[in-house]
Amino acid sequence: MSGSVGRRGFLAGASALFVGACSKVAETDTAQSLFSAAQGWHRKVHRSLAERKALAKEYPRSAISPSFRGNGSRTVDTDAYRASLAGGFADWRLEVTGMVDTPLSLTLDNIRKLPQRTQITRHDCVEGWSAIGEWTGPQLSVLLEAAGVQEGAKFVVFHCADTYKGGRYYESVDLIDAYHPQTIVAHKLNGEPLPEKNGAPLRMRIERQLGYKHAKYLTAIELVDSLEHIGEGEGGYWEDRAGYQWYAGI
Amino acid sequence: MKRHALSTRLWHWLNLACVVILFMSGLNISNAHRYLYWGDAGFSPADAWLAVPRFPGWATIPDYYSLAKARDWHVLMAWPFAIGLLFVWVAMLANRHFWHDLRTTRAEWRAKAVLADVVDHIRLKFDHTHGKYNFLQKLAYGVVLGVFLPGMVFTGLAISPGFEPAAPWLVDLLGGRQSARSLHFIFAFGLFGFFVVHVVLVLLNKPFALLRDMVTGGRAQP
Repeated sequence: MSGSVGRRGFLAGASALFVGACSKVAETDTAQSLFSAAQGWHRKVHRSLAERKALAKEYPRSAISPSFRGNGSRTVDTDAYRASLAGGFADWRLEVTGMVDTPLSLTLDNIRKLPQRTQITRHDCVEGWSAIGEWTGPQLSVLLEAAGVQEGAKFVVFHCADTYKGGRYYESVDLIDAYHPQTIVAHKLNGEPLPEKNGAPLRMRIERQLGYKHAKYLTAIELVDSLEHIGEGEGGYWEDRAGYQWYAGI
Repeated sequence: MKRHALSTRLWHWLNLACVVILFMSGLNISNAHRYLYWGDAGFSPADAWLAVPRFPGWATIPDYYSLAKARDWHVLMAWPFAIGLLFVWVAMLANRHFWHDLRTTRAEWRAKAVLADVVDHIRLKFDHTHGKYNFLQKLAYGVVLGVFLPGMVFTGLAISPGFEPAAPWLVDLLGGRQSARSLHFIFAFGLFGFFVVHVVLVLLNKPFALLRDMVTGGRAQP
């Protein structure tokens, strides 16, 4: 008995030493740059193996999940939002700003009148779970073409109304994902107006990346040449807060 | 002639480092959502086929819950792991290690022969009179090199949404993303099981000589 506890103690001790060494290594600049580099290699391999516009899998209606899990912010905790929700978001505006020729300010009605894309896709959370839903909205490329993206713009930043644990949510993608045919500004889930917990009235769909990229409660789309001055400079809420990698294709 | 080729030895130790870090960071990632599903989708514990226990800090990398840091390690070590596996397969085929030592023959699959080998193992009799490895060893190495290790790579690719558009057939072949995720977990624990048995058998046999040979190469038996 004492022998087995001793052995287990030894194993736990050896493991703790090893884990401790890993933590020390992880804190070094070399390790940090290796971590980022590894993500970059994955992104380049993903992009070179598939066509730039290769589609994420689309499912038949029968595959739709019975309910679509809401994760992260499940509402926007402000009086303005509650009033807007009660009024059917008649006062909601989506701004398209930054490095564009013609900044736009769109109502939900404007957005519903654009050409629409409906897609039944799978949402993969970084935590590991997946849910399937039918999303409807205009392609982001339609908005970008209407606004006229200026030369030198490299990233699209999604600004959101929600705060999570005290920080304003935002996300960003590069122009390859921005112009991807399945990148849409969704205002419907399963044929109904977007539910509150899923980001009402507007959310992004970035189908080839994990859930934290799919910004909810969308208020503005900003074209920038660098992410340095947005938030804390890492390109998104979770990237700034917790050190998630910017490329969320893995 | 060495008992273990340089390519085998290099890969063996590189792979050990990769698998240990991948496994322990994987346990941290598992703690983020401790439920496994079959099919394309799943997020409700009610639909799970397995509720995985929460792994304690001493078993995970890092030793506290951090999905971001665990993913950093996991996604980095996936590279030397996958490239190393490709390297050792090319080396094993090129130097005929696979053909000479790891391939099983039809005679070895006969019930009587398998039984004799099992009995020898139970008696801890490890003299290999016929070739370098006995049947159970070949079977174990074959399953690890041919199923579990490549299985980790393929199921890992299949659960990456950025990779899926390049090979949607792979995800379909594995039965959907959540099935691929379940298989990723099952193969990982298959490897863990192999690791335990492998270490125990080395310790029960001639641990010092076996370890030394896996470093220096040792001398081939006549």
